[in-house]
Amino acid sequence: MHDRLAEHYPPLTRHEALVEADRCIYCYDAPCTHACPTHIDIPKFIKKIATDNVSGSARAIFDSNLMGATCARVCPVQELCEGACVLNSEHKPIMIGRLQRYAMDHAYSTGQLPFQASVSKTSSVAVVGAGPAGLSCAGELARRGYPVTVYEKRSLAGGLSTYGIIGLREPVPVALAEAGLIERLGVKLATGQELGSNLKWDDLRKRHDAVFLAVGLGATPDLGIPGEEQILDGLQYIEQSKVDSNGGPRIGRHVVVIGAGNTAIDCATIAKRLGAETVTMVYRRTDHEMTAYPHEYDFIKKEGVEFRFLTQPTAVNIVDGQVTGLTCQRIMLGTADQSGRPTPIAIAGSEFVLDADQIVKAIGQKKPSLAAQIGIATDQGYIRVTKQLETSVPGVYAGGDAIRARGAASTVMAVQDGKLAAQAIDAHLESKHG
Amino acid sequence: MADLSIDFCGVKSPNPFWLASAPPANSGFQVNKAFEAGWGGAVWKTIGAPVLNVSNRYGAWHYNGQRMLAINNVELISDRPLEVNLREIAEVKRNWPGRAVIVSAMVESTPEAWRDIIHKIEDTGADAIELNYGCPHGMSERGMGAAVGQVPEYCEQITRWVMEAAKIPIIVKLTPNVASVVPPAHAAVRAGANALSLINTINSICGVDLDTFEISPNIGGKGGHGGYAGPAVKPVALNMLSSLGTDAAIKIPISGMGGISTWKDAAEFLLLGATSLQVCTAVMHYGFRIIEDLCDGLSNWMDAKGFKTIPELVGKSLTRISDFKDLDLSFRAVARIDEAKCIKCNMCYVACNDTAHQCIDLIRDGALVEPYSYEVSSNGRQEAVGMRPQPKVREDDCVGCRLCYNICPVDDCIRMVELPPLRPAITWDQLSSENRIVTEDWEAMKQYREKMGIHIH
Repeated sequence: MHDRLAEHYPPLTRHEALVEADRCIYCYDAPCTHACPTHIDIPKFIKKIATDNVSGSARAIFDSNLMGATCARVCPVQELCEGACVLNSEHKPIMIGRLQRYAMDHAYSTGQLPFQASVSKTSSVAVVGAGPAGLSCAGELARRGYPVTVYEKRSLAGGLSTYGIIGLREPVPVALAEAGLIERLGVKLATGQELGSNLKWDDLRKRHDAVFLAVGLGATPDLGIPGEEQILDGLQYIEQSKVDSNGGPRIGRHVVVIGAGNTAIDCATIAKRLGAETVTMVYRRTDHEMTAYPHEYDFIKKEGVEFRFLTQPTAVNIVDGQVTGLTCQRIMLGTADQSGRPTPIAIAGSEFVLDADQIVKAIGQKKPSLAAQIGIATDQGYIRVTKQLETSVPGVYAGGDAIRARGAASTVMAVQDGKLAAQAIDAHLESKHG
Repeated sequence: MADLSIDFCGVKSPNPFWLASAPPANSGFQVNKAFEAGWGGAVWKTIGAPVLNVSNRYGAWHYNGQRMLAINNVELISDRPLEVNLREIAEVKRNWPGRAVIVSAMVESTPEAWRDIIHKIEDTGADAIELNYGCPHGMSERGMGAAVGQVPEYCEQITRWVMEAAKIPIIVKLTPNVASVVPPAHAAVRAGANALSLINTINSICGVDLDTFEISPNIGGKGGHGGYAGPAVKPVALNMLSSLGTDAAIKIPISGMGGISTWKDAAEFLLLGATSLQVCTAVMHYGFRIIEDLCDGLSNWMDAKGFKTIPELVGKSLTRISDFKDLDLSFRAVARIDEAKCIKCNMCYVACNDTAHQCIDLIRDGALVEPYSYEVSSNGRQEAVGMRPQPKVREDDCVGCRLCYNICPVDDCIRMVELPPLRPAITWDQLSSENRIVTEDWEAMKQYREKMGIHIH
């Protein structure tokens, strides 16, 4: 990976961690713990850092969240734990994310396991997808003594942690080490196994007593504009910057990124850091509606990326097979649509061209196509689940992005899905087999 | 601007701050440097019997990332040759006639040895002599220091020898390693001492190394008790100081020390009866430069409070010192939380609920909320902050213990509010003379409480 995409924050030194841990008030029934979707006992793990009991601290994190190393890095802490810290009253919340990373780094450097796993159950569980939801579920099932196999279509485990989050937020080795931890808990990891392709649904059902689907979402959807075939997929752009053996993605001189979510920001960051002269982000609404977190927006502005709000692409300009620009039109905002956001309305005759030799789109992901293939019910295209995360098929559970229509904090939400699904699967199998 | 100068049993000093007899006052170089920085005086590190020192010498107690809330030491009295110390003392006094130069002394317990050292010190031109009856380690094993200070008879005898020989004022420095400092203080007064000083350091072991199991600090694999000093000992020193200040038989001035680090500490020592102040640990931590704010802060505070001179405030709070038996049992204070300032950390709640009187509730929308009662599906900043309950004190049940007040991390968020008493004023002393049976018999106490409407929570 390119140096300029190396992890943004350095690890805290021991002294930094101690000073910060000592600053924590140790709230009772702390709001940070409430705000964390996995409800890590944050004051507990922080005070253990303060007492030099760092392995105990890591254990406290693992007790609630087996993907603590990823969450420490990718969680939008301003919207979660740190946003709820009582010390926001003095504008200086505790650096919870970085303290969590301190404890996790310690655990991974010492090879510490979250618990001593041993198989005590006869029912086996299949997990489809080795992203945060799948690995979390697999680890939690291993905690309960189940033999678990995780089937992953890609060659590497970790899902978006490995492939889809810019390396300066989460380097690949962190995601792979986390998958390795789940394997060390006795979980079997079968990569290169794609459901509906070389892995048959019926076989899977026969082989296992319960299934957890953590299949994520698909590729970036179509814009439906002329020349779209020349537009690069943002997730592939990020993936090439992380795991490509050919030295990363080709970077244009003048790059336009379509979209204003966190993935779009990652794409713009990669373009800028790997050599683009100009990077322009194009979004049809404004910074009030954009889905990127405020801290991500602040970050990318400092990277020197330009924004064109109220701008909608209408065509890719191509000369001799080469992209030369993106034709756009101006937008005005109308009344709120179903999502609660104002409807973009094109302004007639407002077309203009943004010069570009590379265009990347990051406008969300396609809904999971798997549900229809295996005959489970969906809800607006996402897998429909009960509160216990059970699908329309008994014994088949689902979680992660595949069940979430739209949501912030998707990694940590996925981890929590995996944990809750493991609890539900355990209860289901216990009731079935006694 | 307030006049900070003092006259301490005839020893004049431009401000009340002296270096205590300790490592910072070990040489002419140091005392000269301290006087350049503005210190009013210095008590020279104890001279007397020959010694050899060890290393390591200083242990320390750190807490929650705060360095050196206390220091402990096994350093002995000055290990520099006596004649070098005497020559430098004379030089410093000659160069700084307006500053107080006091010399601490400790020799073996014979009249000849004491007479000899007193005369040598007087020959330097020093302003006064402090008798070190407090050193708790090393010297005490040789029958000096605390071995003297802990036995009032020795204290009196040696002070008498000294008073017979001395022409300049004699200050007796007391050890805190006693059940009460009053008997040794009385002994010094009986012997004619001109002044007292306290506290010397407290017996202590600073810690154990969890890797090697050695005592900290480690001296060749061993360690032992050393003298404890610094911010952590201040409350002990204030208590001992006030026990002398409230004693009618003690009319001589007192030099106070023990954890003085800021002008605020200094003001408290003065209010509880110290006339001069000695500082060591804070100087060892930050250097001589701290004298600037000690004087500036004290002066500004005195101006704000209308004090023009130090004597106006010396001992001003001693009238507030009381025995428990004379406290008004009807005085009523309750904790009140300022909800506008409260950050909802719930520290008061857990302290009250677990360890005090269970009179703080968590309230949301007027209803009682149990801690940790949110749904597992609830998360995010907005829900966590929005659903956060407000701690509230049930004032009728609050006994006024003040634990929550002490714990609250926000200044002025919890106040102890004085409420009108529910009963006529009465002290335990009055109660036991007027209604003795109540103080001796639980059944009588029960009837008394019922009659007076006293509910125990």
